[in-house]
Amino acid sequence: MIEHLLSTADLSRDDAVLILDTAGEMENLTDRSVKKLPALRGRTVVNLFFEDSTRTRISFEAAAKRLSADVINFSAKGSSVSKGESLKDTALTLQAMGADAVVIRHGASGAPMRLASAGWIDGAVVNAGDGTHEHPTQALLDAYTIRRHLCGGSGDLAGLRVTIVGDVLHSRVARSNAWLLHTLGAQVTLVAPPTLVPVGVDSWPVTVSYDLDTVLPETDAVMMLRVQAERMNADFFPSTREYSRRYGLDAQRAALLPQRSIIMHPGPMVRGMEISDDIADSDRAVILEQVSNGVSVRMAVLYLLVGGSREGAGETS
Amino acid sequence: MPEPAVGPVVLDAADLNRALTRISHEIIESARGADDLIILGIPTRGAVLAHRLAERISAAEGLAVPSGSIDITMYRDDLNMRPARALGHTVIPSRGVDGKTVVLVDDVLFSGRTVRAALDAINDIGRPRAVRLAVIVDRGHRELPIRADHVGKNLPTHRGESVRVRLSEIDGQDEIVLLRDAEKQS
Repeated sequence: MIEHLLSTADLSRDDAVLILDTAGEMENLTDRSVKKLPALRGRTVVNLFFEDSTRTRISFEAAAKRLSADVINFSAKGSSVSKGESLKDTALTLQAMGADAVVIRHGASGAPMRLASAGWIDGAVVNAGDGTHEHPTQALLDAYTIRRHLCGGSGDLAGLRVTIVGDVLHSRVARSNAWLLHTLGAQVTLVAPPTLVPVGVDSWPVTVSYDLDTVLPETDAVMMLRVQAERMNADFFPSTREYSRRYGLDAQRAALLPQRSIIMHPGPMVRGMEISDDIADSDRAVILEQVSNGVSVRMAVLYLLVGGSREGAGETS
Repeated sequence: MPEPAVGPVVLDAADLNRALTRISHEIIESARGADDLIILGIPTRGAVLAHRLAERISAAEGLAVPSGSIDITMYRDDLNMRPARALGHTVIPSRGVDGKTVVLVDDVLFSGRTVRAALDAINDIGRPRAVRLAVIVDRGHRELPIRADHVGKNLPTHRGESVRVRLSEIDGQDEIVLLRDAEKQS
């Protein structure tokens, strides 16, 4: 296994399948009377959040607690970061407190990589979203959800067709998914307005389309992305109405999907923009299941990164 | 690592068959029937053996005895001493273990640490009326106050030796062999 989880591009197929298999075992916990496992007893997991997040932070917190870890939540607001403390000094503080794992969300792409490679801390670093770069655990829970629905819950995603729609430019979810789903053998298609397709997408293992209606009939899982208005410093499309008419998923468009395909969204949703109300609440939408799978997947990641001895971690065994 | 020398066959397929038949009857006898029995094996080979035992007990008593498996990886006392391991599969029969007699099954009983971990794992699942232990080979060298209720074969061994259990479901054939002068097994 890898030593830190910074990018899904670092995961081999076997690592990825191991994480998904482990998550499958973690999921069994939900129907037990004592919803706790002793794997991380005496370990400290720090949630270091420089950006707002509810679902990801809560999900990591639940995951760490179900594994019996001690959890310290650290958000930039109300901490010394607002007084001007640097990432390095924050990291050294966490090291002095004996953090075994640091789950970091940061507005700057590459901050988790810096934290993992600068030698400030000994613990494992888990990227919980950095800028517009990556969000590996979201991609893992998406892959887990797809595997459960379409692959009988085991193996990889060979041959499946996954379509990711919307604001790819600002989406760390799309980037992480593109690499992970490719590693797991799926064919990934990105659909977005030309203005929201990132530069350099030709080096990604994906195909790009601008026409949702032609792609949907050949899609096993469609992933709708939120339009990230807060990151948009220019006009990327003429109007909300025009965007949702061309790239939003409504009932009429969803009817183009094959019978067994599923509809996903990493949340938070902007209803009426990228996804209509009736589709978000329909039987084919697995959006809430993605949230609950998130806890199992994050348990698996934390267990595999810090459940054993840190010596010898990173070796293939 | 040099291949350890393969020693004598301790139990062949027919011996294992007889041992399992005897153990299944011992279990029925000591539980006074098969009501409220649950057979739980420790992955991977213990789980296979649990399934075989449950089939025999079901056939002998004419009722379905549930079997399952209980992974103990996260309950091990050496969890923090080695890189994280892949988890085994846990399947607990749907009616749970509360008030039942759980027969824990493993292939080889050695230090007793695995069984200790399994007892902790069971504790998190529910409160059985009793827990019994069945093993195919007891090779001695206990490090904890644990003993088996049902034993296929008591096999005195040296610490450096190890016992290799092969089962047809996993390895293609039933055979239990003593490996001599094995390197320290991991």
